[in-house]
Amino acid sequence: MKNKDYIIEFRNISKSFGEKCILDDISFYVKKGEFITLLGPSGCGKTTLLRLLGGFGNPDKGEILINGENITDIPAHQRPVNTVFQRYALFPHLDVYENIAFGLKLQKVPTDEIDKRVRKVLKMVSMTDYEDRDVESLSGGQQQRVAIARAIVNQPKVLLLDEPLAALDLKMRKDMQIELKEMHRKLGITFIYVTHDQEEALTLSDTIVVMNEGKIQQIGTPTDIYNEPQNSFVADFIGESNILNGKMVRDKLVEFVGHEFECVDEGFGENVDVDVVVRPEDIYIMNRTEGAQFTGKVKSCTFKGVHYEMFVDTESGYELMIQDYNAFEPEAEVGLIIRPADIQVMKKERTCNTFEAEIVDENHVKFFDETFECKPQDKFAAGEKVKVEVKFQKVELIDHPEEGMLSGEVHFLLYKGDHYHLTVKTDEGYHIWVDTNDIWDKGDLVGINIAPKDIKIVKCDD
Amino acid sequence: MKRILAKCYIWLLLAVLYAPIVFIAVFSFTESKVLGNWTGFSTKLYSNLFTGTMQGTGSLMLAIKNTLVIALIAATVSTLLGTIAAIGIHNMRGKGKQAMTFLNNIPMLNPDIITGVSLFLLFVFLHISQGYLTVVLAHITFCTPYVVLNVLPKLTQMNPNIYEAALDLGATPFQALRKVLLPLLKPGMISGFIMAFTMSLDDFAVTFFTRGTIGLDTLSTYIYTDARKGGLTPELRPLITLMFVGILILLIVINIRQIRNSSNDEE
Repeated sequence: MKNKDYIIEFRNISKSFGEKCILDDISFYVKKGEFITLLGPSGCGKTTLLRLLGGFGNPDKGEILINGENITDIPAHQRPVNTVFQRYALFPHLDVYENIAFGLKLQKVPTDEIDKRVRKVLKMVSMTDYEDRDVESLSGGQQQRVAIARAIVNQPKVLLLDEPLAALDLKMRKDMQIELKEMHRKLGITFIYVTHDQEEALTLSDTIVVMNEGKIQQIGTPTDIYNEPQNSFVADFIGESNILNGKMVRDKLVEFVGHEFECVDEGFGENVDVDVVVRPEDIYIMNRTEGAQFTGKVKSCTFKGVHYEMFVDTESGYELMIQDYNAFEPEAEVGLIIRPADIQVMKKERTCNTFEAEIVDENHVKFFDETFECKPQDKFAAGEKVKVEVKFQKVELIDHPEEGMLSGEVHFLLYKGDHYHLTVKTDEGYHIWVDTNDIWDKGDLVGINIAPKDIKIVKCDD
Repeated sequence: MKRILAKCYIWLLLAVLYAPIVFIAVFSFTESKVLGNWTGFSTKLYSNLFTGTMQGTGSLMLAIKNTLVIALIAATVSTLLGTIAAIGIHNMRGKGKQAMTFLNNIPMLNPDIITGVSLFLLFVFLHISQGYLTVVLAHITFCTPYVVLNVLPKLTQMNPNIYEAALDLGATPFQALRKVLLPLLKPGMISGFIMAFTMSLDDFAVTFFTRGTIGLDTLSTYIYTDARKGGLTPELRPLITLMFVGILILLIVINIRQIRNSSNDEE
């Protein structure tokens, strides 16, 4: 299928480096003239995806189309795209003018036209009069401008930008953001921007592609992504948020922090476990408790410039982050209200750990290449393939990796108001999800134990 | 007191290091046939050397010519090979890269005599008649690792995206190499070339084992043979002195270049 509005299409792109899967079946398209941002934490695959588009490396699977034409096997120097690299990658042996003219000279553009075009882009990036300067004598911001000029002077159909502002200081970054946006408007070409800075992504983009662990988490406009995150990763990564376990009682009624709230979501079913996201600025806080939906006690209050950030313990034992223009003293009793439209309900990705396993004998089962003791059972014969279910809160984490049945590393943490929800990656690369009240840090090495009584064996579906 | 002792130590060390060469240099200005016998100041040995009135001038001049030609060919070819090898090693990943760097370092630490004997055996095994060609091949072999050693750091210092930036702007891989990579590697290639050149000039053991029996002499083998035939010809004393001065000047030039380069980087 060919759609005239799409300038770029990624079709089922997968890429691994050695054992490590960097991109896992990525498919999406980019509209002509759009400012699209690939956003995610470091190691999520965003830079790899951009490099594949630039022609540096080949996908293991899948294809990339530009203007409906498959360019997967076309080498970098023949692709109609230009890249602004992280840390600029200017040619240190050439001056500003020669750096910018590099691409045009290769195309054998006549000298007077090169001259005209170089001067035009220099003006555009406000670097007139810098032609003869040595690029290494320029400041970071100026080098960045030259790098952008060097790319756009070739009039590419698509401009790729790989964290171009990451090396600049905050003030400079803000100024460059505005200039980039302005440049995008003037040039009218498609920008593909890679960043790990969610604020930058929200400021600049028409469309944001949120990525994590080689997968697309959500694609949408900045407002969509912020107001309606589709999973707890997106909610946690973009902006501040309270992410809580909840239960959809019925359509438009959700229960969390021990209360029932009206909401606008429907279609989840009745009594279904869900994740609930409430942004800290969307919880109304007041001094009186009558008329409030629920109450709490202020634990701490910090001034953040525009607003105050408070942590409030609710009477039902949850901790919520609240942002408000008014300060509320610690220990103060406060009333809290959340409006239906400010509650974002998300389907839970999983409600317990499910592992593929094999029965060893009547009281042993094998999964993750390790034999675990389980409750005696006679439903399954030795060697039979089964599934094992373990509740999040039944996985025990211990300080010493060597004392656990399995060992691993805390990979991702999510605070859920009254407990932490951890993703632990075992040394063999498997994921185990754990609910705990203990405080762990990302990167902590842990031992993992599961008590025999907590291993539930169920039949394989197929 | 401590400082005086420290100073004495360093002067003593320098004296021991430079005494032999100073000794030769001093005795190049006297006519005595036997080294160590001062028979008054004279520049006769120098004039003998240049006017060709010494015994065996022809073969000495041929040996010098051979030395320089071999060093020039070996340095040029090894600079080419070493640069390409360095680029290849730089683009390797993980264990392969470490292994290659390690393998590159071994020939430099390996005693010359072992390199010489093993090359000799290899040439015999391959039935390559030994002479000029085998000496040149042998010199290229032991010079190349020094070029790799000089070029590799330049690649490591370089922004990893620079080559890709050139491709991105429409350069073919060959154009990117010629217009971007080589100009940036030039300083490393030049110091690699100079190092290879001096290594080749300096070599005795490898040349000795690979020159065969056709009577090919380089300066080092010539001096060796000469010294074994009833003592060193006196005219070699000024020759050695001049060579030392030449190398000294070359080293000073290299050092000044390096100082200038590093102060450029700081700017």
